[in-house]
Amino acid sequence: MTEAVALSPTQLTLRRVFGHPSVLIGGSLVLVICLMAIFAPFLGTIDPNLNSTSTRLKPPGYEGVMKIYTDEGRVKVPVTYRLGSDTLGRDVYSRVIYGARISLVVGVSVAAISIFLGMIIGLVAGYFRRLDGFIMRIMDGLMAIPAILLAIAVVSVFNAGLTSVIIAIVVPEVPRVVRLVRSMVLSIREEPYVEAAITAGTRVHLLLIRHILPNTLAPLIVQGTFIVASAIIVEAILSFLGLGIPADEVPTWGNIMGAARENFQLHPHQILYPGVILAVTVLAVNMLGDGLRDTLDPRFAKRV
Amino acid sequence: MAYYLLKRLIATIPVMLVVAVFIFLLLRLTPGDPAAMIAGDFASEAQVAEIREKLGLNDPLLVQFGIWIGNIFQGDLGESFFFKKQVTDLIMARIEPTLSLSVVTIILTVSIAVPMGVVAAYRQGTWLDRTVMAFSVLGFSIPVFVIGFAFIYIFSLELKWLPVQGYQRLSEGVGGWLKHLILPSLALSVIFVAFIARMTRTSVLEVLGEDYIRTARAKGQTETKVLVRHALRNAAVPIVTVIGFAFAILIGGVVVTESVFNIPGLGLLTVDAVLNRDFPTIQAVVLLFSMIYVLINLIIDLSYTVLDPRIRY
Repeated sequence: MTEAVALSPTQLTLRRVFGHPSVLIGGSLVLVICLMAIFAPFLGTIDPNLNSTSTRLKPPGYEGVMKIYTDEGRVKVPVTYRLGSDTLGRDVYSRVIYGARISLVVGVSVAAISIFLGMIIGLVAGYFRRLDGFIMRIMDGLMAIPAILLAIAVVSVFNAGLTSVIIAIVVPEVPRVVRLVRSMVLSIREEPYVEAAITAGTRVHLLLIRHILPNTLAPLIVQGTFIVASAIIVEAILSFLGLGIPADEVPTWGNIMGAARENFQLHPHQILYPGVILAVTVLAVNMLGDGLRDTLDPRFAKRV
Repeated sequence: MAYYLLKRLIATIPVMLVVAVFIFLLLRLTPGDPAAMIAGDFASEAQVAEIREKLGLNDPLLVQFGIWIGNIFQGDLGESFFFKKQVTDLIMARIEPTLSLSVVTIILTVSIAVPMGVVAAYRQGTWLDRTVMAFSVLGFSIPVFVIGFAFIYIFSLELKWLPVQGYQRLSEGVGGWLKHLILPSLALSVIFVAFIARMTRTSVLEVLGEDYIRTARAKGQTETKVLVRHALRNAAVPIVTVIGFAFAILIGGVVVTESVFNIPGLGLLTVDAVLNRDFPTIQAVVLLFSMIYVLINLIIDLSYTVLDPRIRY
């Protein structure tokens, strides 16, 4: 290990992170799913919303002809339903592949927005003691509403769609981030270097951004990964229940399963395929999160 | 103890107040006219005005809130727009299935998860421990409705052991009641088991290193007694705390599980209410579930004194 001396702390951290088996396995799986989402049009898919009444509810591997009505009249398109077709004759395989896009978009945007909002509110609550009580009471109240129920309540007042789903999942996540950031700020502000910075006359916003914020980053990255996983699940639940993203707009794993419910006894695979890929995705993100926690955040690693 | 109880009860008031304000504002502060939204696209101007009057939307916000809260305290949760019934009656009719599902799930969870966690801790580092830990990561990642459908597929459609969906009231016989509840409870308990087994393992592991465990072994106590009486007893507080937190997951899971298994409980009521924009019902259910969640955690806080006599309030 003599060469390790020459490495910078950042390089050492990176080496530790990427050497962790959970990070490697989880990370590679996540990468594969991201690639699948990006290159969805090139993976032998057809337009996921293309429907054809003549080829409804076909079994996996069915080869036939889709009859599609366009402005110019009826067009016949040969098609192979790798995973069968749904009640409207749409290709389940294409829908599952394209469905990865929504899950990832929702997961990442929810994580980014909740971390951003939670960080600001948490910094304010942790640093400005006068506002702390008021802010934390509101956060306690929001946390008293079970997360999925809160998301359902929020989504009920908006029109169904991507934006309202993202808002609905962000609302229950923010208080958890606030709590985490606040507790870190409370301990960091007692550190000698923060006191030194205050004595040196550092302005409040610089103090928060330059001296306090960087020390909250590692736990926030870990927390963010877990938020991605739970946001993917909650989106799937909302869309499955028919409260999230409508099936005729964009395919998502949740709404594919929701649409397949009524025919589950005859075509169980239409629920099981998207279900399995959803579970694998969430598992991959959770593994990545576990690995990052073990390597980046030793305090939490000891606890669980 | 009485003083502490009072203090804790008072501390729940601001929490429930925030919950109430949030639920109240949710409908009032939405973009657009809530009355028009409730009435739907095909309502006439007069119908919209009637709904606005009924909701009291013409009054100032604070007055509206006062009336709403006052009614809740009198047990009046309003009338459902969609079902055209008192929300209180709706909830009462739906409470049995949800309560049954929750209770059976909790019993299943605790009787599976706690032994799993204890065994994993006792055999730390072996394949048994790794299996339990792997299950716990897995259980946390598979959404409850995927598990539910997989169970229906295996146990109802392929093996034909259990009914596919639905619910049978307890008054029609315990056997049928239980038959309908096994699959949904089992599906719902997976994530719960994952969570609690993991916490039990951590908690027991910490205790197993203590001196009194060595003492118990030295005096010739059997291993089972060491584990149950000395280790588990001392590890109980964090385990019970986690069970309390997990109630939030349970409540969310109930909504989903009832939809998958077509159980006519409060969860299904919530989904129907949202699909039909039935706001009095949505508000009532969210309020009720949050109250239950807060109360359960209060009870758990108080149970610490029973579990661990060292804790005194």
